[in-house]
Amino acid sequence: MNLYEFLGYYNYWVFAVLLMIGFYAVIAKTNLIKKLIGLSIFQSAVFLMYISMDKVEGGTAPILKPEMTDLIYSNPLPQVLILTAIVVGVATLALGLAIVVRINERYGSIEEHDLLDAD
Amino acid sequence: MTIVFALFLLSLLVITALAIVQTRNLFVAVMLLSIFSLLMAANFFVLDAADVALTEAAVGAGVTTVIFLSALTLISGTEKKAPQAGRGVALIVVTITTLLIIYATFDKPRLGDPEAPVHQHVAPFYIENTYELMGFPNVVTAVLASFRGYDTLGEVFVVFAAAIGVLFILDARTGTGPAYGMPEARGLKHHLIPKAVGGLLVPFVLLFGLYVQFHGEYGPGGGFQAGAIVATAIILYAILEGEKAALRAVPRSVLMALVVGGALLYGLVGVVCMLMGGDFLDYSVLLPDPVVGRQVGIIIIEAGVGMAVCGSLLSIFHAFASRRPSRIDHESV
Repeated sequence: MNLYEFLGYYNYWVFAVLLMIGFYAVIAKTNLIKKLIGLSIFQSAVFLMYISMDKVEGGTAPILKPEMTDLIYSNPLPQVLILTAIVVGVATLALGLAIVVRINERYGSIEEHDLLDAD
Repeated sequence: MTIVFALFLLSLLVITALAIVQTRNLFVAVMLLSIFSLLMAANFFVLDAADVALTEAAVGAGVTTVIFLSALTLISGTEKKAPQAGRGVALIVVTITTLLIIYATFDKPRLGDPEAPVHQHVAPFYIENTYELMGFPNVVTAVLASFRGYDTLGEVFVVFAAAIGVLFILDARTGTGPAYGMPEARGLKHHLIPKAVGGLLVPFVLLFGLYVQFHGEYGPGGGFQAGAIVATAIILYAILEGEKAALRAVPRSVLMALVVGGALLYGLVGVVCMLMGGDFLDYSVLLPDPVVGRQVGIIIIEAGVGMAVCGSLLSIFHAFASRRPSRIDHESV
């Protein structure tokens, strides 16, 4: 395994680390906004894994140039899946934030232990 | 050279993510999240995903940050010191899982391997047939709007449903009343530099949004990106001139018409295709020439996507921005 091949896994290692940083924020932080931020990082990590899979060595963005026949194009499918997922992600995140805003209005706090004490 | 740059960007991502989790000031965390999104967009660009990079930059770094900040003005901006119980267990679980996932990645094909299974299945079909079937070069738009049109229809309805949900939860119409009387609701009019520079930017951002919408078949772009870019232009206007001015320019009724009309337009194109004898979302029957028919269908449904995304993001922004911060006394709870 040469150095270039070894570094080829770096994207996936960063994916694993980011995924678990986000997961840590979700399970260990008690602030609800911090949990949502953690979920965003978790989601971005998954996006990074998908987009890493689309890369083809020596390839270019999948916008065809028919006059150049020797071009290699990267895989368009993961890009389409993630493109729509990003927009859906912000919409669902806003839904979560709206619920947090209402919780704050009702309980006066967004810390998990305060909410548990109040109930 | 590119690989050194990519390694640098990826390492910065990890550092930023650690800083986000570390800080107790939620405003700092949100601004770092915006930087995280920009770095992620740069990474996507290095990995040949121009369309995704454009979306991440507009949505992740732009709209998400504004929505987080407008929610934070309604909530306390600092995180309280949490009890330490369970933190050690969480760290152990997270560390072990990270190591397990890293161990599992060695079974994956390395980055850029052309023999990877993901490149063998339908992707070559898309790349080989897009030009012949659609007559335009952007494969991502072709897959999004035509080959996998059902998926995109579903995604548009998820965005639609989420926007409706936010409007219900935050009760946009009746609510506690808009915050127009508050000083910050007047916008940044009294600050000279944001007004001069931002005012200049708004028309160009709008123009770029329209370019991305209508040039999406030939370059990176399409309805999702254009909807987000147009929404950021109007949010910038709202930040500069105050939310009331933005609502005068684009009233709530127009926003609702965009959300509902965009989703309906997409669905209706599918139904029209069925009425004209084709399958649902099979645009080739729309016109006598199937290639031109597909192009017309894609332009119409991309317009529907753009309308729905722009309307949804702006409705969500206004739902947060027009809510007055509550000052309830804790005894009454």
